[in-house]
Amino acid sequence: MAETTGSAVKRERPLSPHLQIYRIQLTSVTSILTRITGNALIVGVMLAVWWLVAAAVSDRQFALANAVATGWFGDLVFFLSLLAIWYHYLAGLRHLYWDAGHGMDIKTAERLGWVCIVGSLVLTIITLNVI
Amino acid sequence: MRYLTDRKRAEGRGASHTGTEHHWSMQVSSVALAFMVPTWIYMFGHALGGTRPEVLAAFARPFPAILTALVLVVSMRHFAKGATMMIEDYTHGSTRKIAVMFATSLASVIAATGLYALIRIAL
Repeated sequence: MAETTGSAVKRERPLSPHLQIYRIQLTSVTSILTRITGNALIVGVMLAVWWLVAAAVSDRQFALANAVATGWFGDLVFFLSLLAIWYHYLAGLRHLYWDAGHGMDIKTAERLGWVCIVGSLVLTIITLNVI
Repeated sequence: MRYLTDRKRAEGRGASHTGTEHHWSMQVSSVALAFMVPTWIYMFGHALGGTRPEVLAAFARPFPAILTALVLVVSMRHFAKGATMMIEDYTHGSTRKIAVMFATSLASVIAATGLYALIRIAL
């Protein structure tokens, strides 16, 4: 920080609201979740691509990758990925809807937040039943 | 001598200095993914758990192979841009540069590895 020269008076500057003093709201949580799910999906993608390239290469490679991808670790990663992908999917559609200029009022925004949360659970259950 | 005025060079570019280019690119890739991903999940979910010959047969067919290639390329570009945006929000200086390079490279490595697998399986 630059030292103030001349006047010794320390001026009280206004502070903008930031993460630590904002009350947690549905709109902020659903927004942060969009980013978390989107970035976390890289883990599931890495596992899927490893599994695919192992299948392409050899029986020995596939045996290892397949054991991981279809074992408890793979089940956990792919289950969470499924939740994440459907959440990110619905949240992305919500952004496209907002970008088109609709649903900007708080009531609608919050309702759409619940649609993302509940919708991702429902779509995950449907997917697990269809596959 | 600059022929453009300062205002002309700044207008429409905002704080990012690149205007809405990033945002628009994310919109385009997100719509593409919205169309492709449900079918891909269904396909991948059916292939997962099969024996190696079954998996190879599943991804050797034209539609699954092309769809997987498209999902890989578009989603990894979408990820590289989204991860870059996150990194730029939370980090500065050299950490930021290294993290952006890492995320971008990771996306490229994943896409290249997946495409290599598809070529070996489908061709």
